[in-house]
Amino acid sequence: MDYSKVNYQVCEHCLIIQLPKEVDDHNCQGIKVASEHIIKEKKIKEVVFDCSNTVFMDSSGIGILLGRYKRMKELGGAVYIHGESGRIKKIFKMSGVYQIIQSI
Amino acid sequence: MKQIINVENHSIETKTENMKLEFDSYSHNESFARVVVSAFMARLDPTIEELEDVKTAVSEAVTNAIIHGYKNTYGVIQLCATIKENTITIIIKDYGVGIENVKQAMEPLYTGEKESERCGMGFAFMEAFMDEIEVISKVNEGTTIIMKKTIGNRAV
Repeated sequence: MDYSKVNYQVCEHCLIIQLPKEVDDHNCQGIKVASEHIIKEKKIKEVVFDCSNTVFMDSSGIGILLGRYKRMKELGGAVYIHGESGRIKKIFKMSGVYQIIQSI
Repeated sequence: MKQIINVENHSIETKTENMKLEFDSYSHNESFARVVVSAFMARLDPTIEELEDVKTAVSEAVTNAIIHGYKNTYGVIQLCATIKENTITIIIKDYGVGIENVKQAMEPLYTGEKESERCGMGFAFMEAFMDEIEVISKVNEGTTIIMKKTIGNRAV
């Protein structure tokens, strides 16, 4: 199984990013570049981070989320998170992600 | 290494176990370091929560060494771990640029890489997930992070 596989799905102006099993600095570099590209090309208004496959995340993952949040705010769009497990929830709570990004 | 503790004529042997690893500062080695530490600490029979805590802290420390310690260069990262009774001590060392102001670097939300997307939570995560953390750094010589966690502190 590929631990770093990221899926990008575009539905109208919504981008769904299926995060990999482990989100660390290494695979965040690719997510940043690819998502920025898609947001620009497809005139994305909403970004959803699907964490349903994710079991590990460190602060690099939080950086990616906050980075997209800032970008979408500039563009007048929104960012959501979806499907996070207990461990990921703990990380999000600790870092205050839920104060600015809604879980759907 | 063996240490003998005498408790009322009974001698209890507590073994100290060590491991040492050196690897290059490539970002794909972040997951390598996590896997090595989790395999090493498996003998302490940690809960999934404890295992994840240590893995996250290791990930943060190794990422720091790669991103900040070696910035745009490559170097060697040393990972040492010691198990004594039910406490694991992890030492992560780099020979990179070092940190000028450790206190400031450890403040939550402080980031040394403003233009990149770092959230500045690395040290906060290490502090939250481990029992003890010590950072020793010297400019142009490198940084050493020493973290400790006792496994089996189940009291809530």
